[in-house]
Amino acid sequence: MTDLADLLELLRYPFMQRAIAAGLLIAVMCALLGVFVVQRRLSFLGDGLAHASFGGMGIGTFVIVASGLFEGGAAVFRNPLVIAVPFALLTGLAIAWTRDRTQLSSDTAIGVFFAVSVALGVLFFSAVPPDVNIGFNVMDILFGSILAVRQTELTVIAVTATFAVVALGWSWSALGYATFDEELARTDGVPTKALEYGLFGLAAVVVAVSAVVVGIILMAAYLVIPAAAARLWARSLASMTLFAVVIGTTTTVAGVLASFLFDVPTGAAIILSQAIVFLVAALAPRR
Amino acid sequence: MTALAGATGARSAATATPPALHVHDVTVRYGEAEVLQRVSFDLETGAFLAIVGPNGSGKSTLVKVALGLVRPTRGHAALFGKDAGAHPERIGYVPQLKTFDRTFPATSVELVVTGVRRRWPVRATRSERDLAHAALDDVGAGRLADRALSKLSGGELQRVYLARALVRRPAIVLLDEPATGVDFLAEHDLYDLLERYQGESGATIAMVTHDLAAARYHANRVLVINRRVHGYGLPEDVLCEPCLQEAFGHVGHTHAVAF
Repeated sequence: MTDLADLLELLRYPFMQRAIAAGLLIAVMCALLGVFVVQRRLSFLGDGLAHASFGGMGIGTFVIVASGLFEGGAAVFRNPLVIAVPFALLTGLAIAWTRDRTQLSSDTAIGVFFAVSVALGVLFFSAVPPDVNIGFNVMDILFGSILAVRQTELTVIAVTATFAVVALGWSWSALGYATFDEELARTDGVPTKALEYGLFGLAAVVVAVSAVVVGIILMAAYLVIPAAAARLWARSLASMTLFAVVIGTTTTVAGVLASFLFDVPTGAAIILSQAIVFLVAALAPRR
Repeated sequence: MTALAGATGARSAATATPPALHVHDVTVRYGEAEVLQRVSFDLETGAFLAIVGPNGSGKSTLVKVALGLVRPTRGHAALFGKDAGAHPERIGYVPQLKTFDRTFPATSVELVVTGVRRRWPVRATRSERDLAHAALDDVGAGRLADRALSKLSGGELQRVYLARALVRRPAIVLLDEPATGVDFLAEHDLYDLLERYQGESGATIAMVTHDLAAARYHANRVLVINRRVHGYGLPEDVLCEPCLQEAFGHVGHTHAVAF
């Protein structure tokens, strides 16, 4: 067991600083987004979009390798996120469009895109020659590798988080109203349809970028658990939002540190930290 | 259509002030289905209209046209001479309770503040809270101000929604089956509150209802509709067996409207 001095020493390593910075940024944007995902009963959306980003990562990796960018291009263009993020964005908007224009439910629309994206991911990853070093392991995409976050990824995460926080902060009142009752909000001039497309598009980008932390498999939980735990305590949407951010950030830092101290996978440590908070909230007496 | 419908339209056209609600030749189609067929009527300011008709007759769609939520395939609707949806601040709307999400974390006073701010409040200001408390007091729901919406009964929730609709002192109140899911006493209170508000403010009220007795006793105008208008006018003229027979296809449950 490592003592406090070792823990502080640990925080001096650049890789740990990058991991915690990335974790905090992602925790904030996922918690803000998660409030609306939970209240709109779209928990499966996180899963669908995370798997869309897997498809995008597969396509991105193949394109980078096949085009030679992997050999000598600029760092940002050597990262498959450059294709995974727009691919996830298109998928998010396509899910919103399918919900809007067809009789299909959200779950069905998400399920279709989920499966197609995974199939594309598997197809394109398998097309990458096995002797090429792509700089990461496919298992990292599935289960996360926050301790291996590079400066380029941290920059992408910081830009995305800034945009997501500004966008969600700016539209919070309108989104909150539309989430409570879409029809009532429309009678008061809230552009509910545009907000829904915006929410799905933003969720896609946030999830694609965040998947590097906990991995695709656990992404939905990362989006949902802090907001769900916050809902159990909160009496208003504003306090639910605040609690979700607090729970998301503290459990992410706790998970990152625990993973290093106990030598366990980081994504799993973060999710289990969140699960403990959720359990406490669920078992606590209701007011 | 009864003679009064035409007469009302003619009277409105002759006066300088536009009617509170003007519906002209409105047709609404969803795909192949025609939900409303060439509906026309004028509702004068200060009237209390009950919109009655069987299930699927287009009553709620008509309210949505008036709110500007549904764009007619043909024709148009106007409130006080302006296009539907142009002035949401002049409208108080009480939706069907079934649209409400009971898991949403909110208190009564927050919901009423949406009637003032027209957005969900992060934190209500002192003046918004004062307005909301006054509106809740007016409908006898002051004690519910800080209660979670999820803990309210149907009747209590209806009062909170009514306070939200009335907090801006709207010139017209539109209600879509406000008594669905509430008990008889709560329903009776609701109509009393509406009549009191109308007496104080001179507002116009238009209410979708399945309750023909309520239409008879509380409204002074009745629109009988089943996709098209089957009668429009005074309750005693319109809530008669031939009209209802035509709209409903049977009169088995219309005995409650005996005059």
